[in-house]
Amino acid sequence: MIVRALSAFALGLVVIAALLGDWIAPFDPGAQDLAGTAMPPDAAHWLGTDELGRDVLSRLIAGTRTALLGPALVALGVAVLSTAIGLLAGYRGGWVDSAIMRAVDLVYAIPPLLVAIVVVGVFGGGYPLAIGVLIALSVPADTRMVRSAVLAQRNLAYVEAARTVGLGRGRILFAHLLPNVLPTVVANLLLSFVGALVGLAALAFLGLGVGTGAPDWGRMLAENKGLVDLNPAAMIGPAVLITVVAASVTLLGDRLYDLMSARGRDAGRA
Amino acid sequence: MFVLAFLGKRVLAAAVTLLVTSFLVFSLLAASPGSPEQTLLGARQPTPELIAALRAQHRLDDPFPVRYWHWLSGVLELDFGRSVRSSREVVDILAERLDVTLWLGLYAFVLVLLVAVPAGLSAGIRRDTAWDRGVTVTALLGVSAPPFAVGLMLLSVFGVGLGWFPVFGAGSGFADRISHLTLPAVALAVAGVAIVARQTRAATMDVTAKDFITFAEARGLPRRVVLGRYALRNSALPVITSAGLVLAYSLTGAVLVESTFALPGLGSLLVESVSTKDIPVVQGLALLTAALVIGVNLIVDLCYLGLDPRVRHAGGV
Repeated sequence: MIVRALSAFALGLVVIAALLGDWIAPFDPGAQDLAGTAMPPDAAHWLGTDELGRDVLSRLIAGTRTALLGPALVALGVAVLSTAIGLLAGYRGGWVDSAIMRAVDLVYAIPPLLVAIVVVGVFGGGYPLAIGVLIALSVPADTRMVRSAVLAQRNLAYVEAARTVGLGRGRILFAHLLPNVLPTVVANLLLSFVGALVGLAALAFLGLGVGTGAPDWGRMLAENKGLVDLNPAAMIGPAVLITVVAASVTLLGDRLYDLMSARGRDAGRA
Repeated sequence: MFVLAFLGKRVLAAAVTLLVTSFLVFSLLAASPGSPEQTLLGARQPTPELIAALRAQHRLDDPFPVRYWHWLSGVLELDFGRSVRSSREVVDILAERLDVTLWLGLYAFVLVLLVAVPAGLSAGIRRDTAWDRGVTVTALLGVSAPPFAVGLMLLSVFGVGLGWFPVFGAGSGFADRISHLTLPAVALAVAGVAIVARQTRAATMDVTAKDFITFAEARGLPRRVVLGRYALRNSALPVITSAGLVLAYSLTGAVLVESTFALPGLGSLLVESVSTKDIPVVQGLALLTAALVIGVNLIVDLCYLGLDPRVRHAGGV
């Protein structure tokens, strides 16, 4: 499928930009050129310049690392916590399960980003606090999914067999159940990444989270909003980039989930 | 009998959630950096009279639980206190800003229903055709696109580039308002359309594989009846379940879209109040939002009861 190839290509470019940022950026992302402010794209500045005459493309490239790192932290944090809690709730059952699920129900419907806006805005904790809040509030939904995946597995013959042989709980959970709920975990991991990418960009767009001057995609959207007449590329660039990365990772998640669960099915058949 | 028990349980759960939320929201004042007086004073001149008045009004000399009780009983009478920034009643400010957000939300909701359900239904029926793939890919892009990014792209193409729509403000009068709110509503609706279309497509594929559809077709019922009465109704449950998700998206989306288009709604009020540390307004907004989310989830449960007789009789959703 063309779409899949395109998204893989886009992700590849973004990862290269994150790794090699300083070498491939045509200009210094912080260098101002007050004689050439808000210039539309030309041969030197492919996406033009912003209000302070900084090269938009170089700033986009420089922003890649933060754009990927924050969401990666959130996704990993959410995956580890929700998998651990979901495994525990689903396998133990009983009061542990009920207690965990009541707590999950309580925060399940709360939109994480809204809380992040309030908390980061009021407490002014910036980027680290934003990441913490996003992790804490994204864990419940994923926990619920891991738990139902565990519930679907826990009474299958292989788990029964492992129990009969007398394997310990930890061994059953991590060596036997975990690999079988892994497709769910990986799919959630990538979805959390997308949610956090969009969420952190939104916070930066609203002026929360990242400090001024930092080359951040969301921040650039807000800063270059006023250039819609003079150099729309300065504003559309980051908007398109955020959307393309988010869509590509979502697509990758869908694909990985399909592949991993298909492999599971084939193995079961054999 | 079962229906009553089911309802009672859900209402009780909703009330508990709301109570816990109210406690957290109240704690915002105590937890925000600086002393409560400083927060409540804002940029005003700290005269002894004003400080005394604020201490009395917010019962700052009482212990925390008493203060909470006092605040909660005020909230039940829609008294959220006064804004730090403008000294106006928070309720009045909320009421004034509600208008634009309601229009925006309803407009976007209508767009979601008009676009997503037909798109998802037709894609689900014509599985693996070019149309289905088109819908799937578009929905994938839509679900990933942040509302502010979509908003800014729309703004620069249709607002500034083509000049079809006004680029800021909410307009007055019906027609003017519709034209002002079209771009924001589209920006807000994109994510909702994508979610609902995906759900509808998946649910339709599930349902159309069922025997009762094959049987209905075999009986020679018109396509309209098969799709409308059999397929749509049976695929409605998962779609309605996603309503809660869509609401959560649109609440967050409203904040971003209103900021993008400089609309004087509740979302932009939240951003303004948060950045000026106007805690009473933030508290009012947070409670309103929580009540909305919890209320909609309750309504979703009621829809289950209405739509699916199995839920009415069997127990447990």
